[in-house]
Amino acid sequence: MRSAEPVGRFLLGRAIGRAARREEAIVSGFVERARLMDEGEIRRALTRIAHEVLERNKGAADLVLVGIANRGDRLAERLAAEIERIEGAGVPVGVLDITFYRDDIGLRAEAPEVHETRIPFDVTRRNVVLVDDVLFTGRTIRAALDALVDFGRPRSIQLAVLIDRGHRELPIRPDFVGKNVPTRHDEDVRVLLVEVDGEDAVQVGEPEGGAA
Amino acid sequence: MNKHLLSVRDLSREEVVRILDTAESFREVGTRVIKKVPALRGRTVVNLFYENSTRTRISFELAAKRLSADVINFSASGSSVAKGESLKDTALTLEAMGADAIVIRHSSSGAPYALSSWVGASVLNAGDGTHEHPTQALLDLFTMREHFASFEGLRVGIVGDVRHSRVARSLAFALGTVGGQATLVGPPTLIPPEASGWGVEVSHDLDEVLPKLDVCYMLRVQRERQRQQFFPSVREYARLFGLSRARVGRLPEHAILMHPGPMNRGVEIESEVADLPRAVITDQVTNGIAVRMSLLYLILGGDASRAAEAEAKEAAGA
Repeated sequence: MRSAEPVGRFLLGRAIGRAARREEAIVSGFVERARLMDEGEIRRALTRIAHEVLERNKGAADLVLVGIANRGDRLAERLAAEIERIEGAGVPVGVLDITFYRDDIGLRAEAPEVHETRIPFDVTRRNVVLVDDVLFTGRTIRAALDALVDFGRPRSIQLAVLIDRGHRELPIRPDFVGKNVPTRHDEDVRVLLVEVDGEDAVQVGEPEGGAA
Repeated sequence: MNKHLLSVRDLSREEVVRILDTAESFREVGTRVIKKVPALRGRTVVNLFYENSTRTRISFELAAKRLSADVINFSASGSSVAKGESLKDTALTLEAMGADAIVIRHSSSGAPYALSSWVGASVLNAGDGTHEHPTQALLDLFTMREHFASFEGLRVGIVGDVRHSRVARSLAFALGTVGGQATLVGPPTLIPPEASGWGVEVSHDLDEVLPKLDVCYMLRVQRERQRQQFFPSVREYARLFGLSRARVGRLPEHAILMHPGPMNRGVEIESEVADLPRAVITDQVTNGIAVRMSLLYLILGGDASRAAEAEAKEAAGA
């Protein structure tokens, strides 16, 4: 028999590798100008969204959460914990990477980096709540909808976002919003989460070297 | 990522890791109900096969199709090649029809290099003569990584007809890139003299090597490429270098068995050995699709010139 140990160690190594790559993404080129939400505000917003989700779906039965990598999956985990605290029932959580469904593949110098997708349950006839950190042009959500229906035929798909910053380029609207934030198109909004970035915060700022 | 994949020696350690990490995600796609993503919609991939091949061609075809690319299979027999068309003219014709990538298998070593200098499309080497078979080496690394924590110091015995094996070359080079240690094992007539320059160990005694291995990689005896007698008889070869049940007993408990296929059961590997749970030969096949998807995605998914064009348009519009 092969020993199981090397596999386990290897998986851990990969998980660390993925986390390290995420860290890089956040430190590159961003100058913070203002803080939109702190740890407490994020927590209260998620609690409210959890209540709204339960109200809309009349409980947690047939409810599943699917977070969009790279931060939506962490928010989905937190929402699930809130829902469990409120309702006493757990909801399945999946993570969806939308890279293969992007509309700009081949228009960039390098192929976009791919993250993990893990949806360990059937979405057919379930009410799926897609979870993401920032809603902007809507292109990510368009890709996520395409990706999700490749996994089955949900009864409904709803959208929960922590920040809606406007500037939609597609006819997409969120069902649950943590905070609406009017922004300029050339600004950048960043959601930091303890699990990934070491702190909870929402920042608005300028892309480094971009328009000031 | 480079525009072409001609040799594993063109890849850095970081690139190899990126290819394998990306393949991890494509492996997941292969477990879905709908095993297809739209990543390469509208791209055209041509399989240009001048040598018979079932698994590699089908693997590339499935890989491209699961990425939603259009696939054209072109085999030398029953085509314009049979009418005397040269490789160059065939390639230029395919390019004129809008091929974005050409996957080539050819019996002449170096054919993919020549092809890459003639066409604007990306060229992927799917095996050239006795030179290289880079996608096989990468899928082998992927399969090893499923079982071992690290490539660092991983001991891989590559056993058999090394001389005629492009798989052996690519795998030995790739292992060198990622920090593994390859040992080539076979009769002196089937170990190429230049192998001493590959950074590998060489042995002619399989029984002595087996207890030290993490991976025992058996090669097919390529009788179709052997133009002279390299060993007295198949029976003698099987006795000295075939992987028998008894020899498997000499391997460490954790060691896995691999074979690039197609197998000659009873020659380089005993039939029942090939069906042992520690033989991961069918995993290699499954992983081959994921690794080839990863390569096609990384090579065709980015395009510096189109990126510059798109940026210019954006700037003009703003």
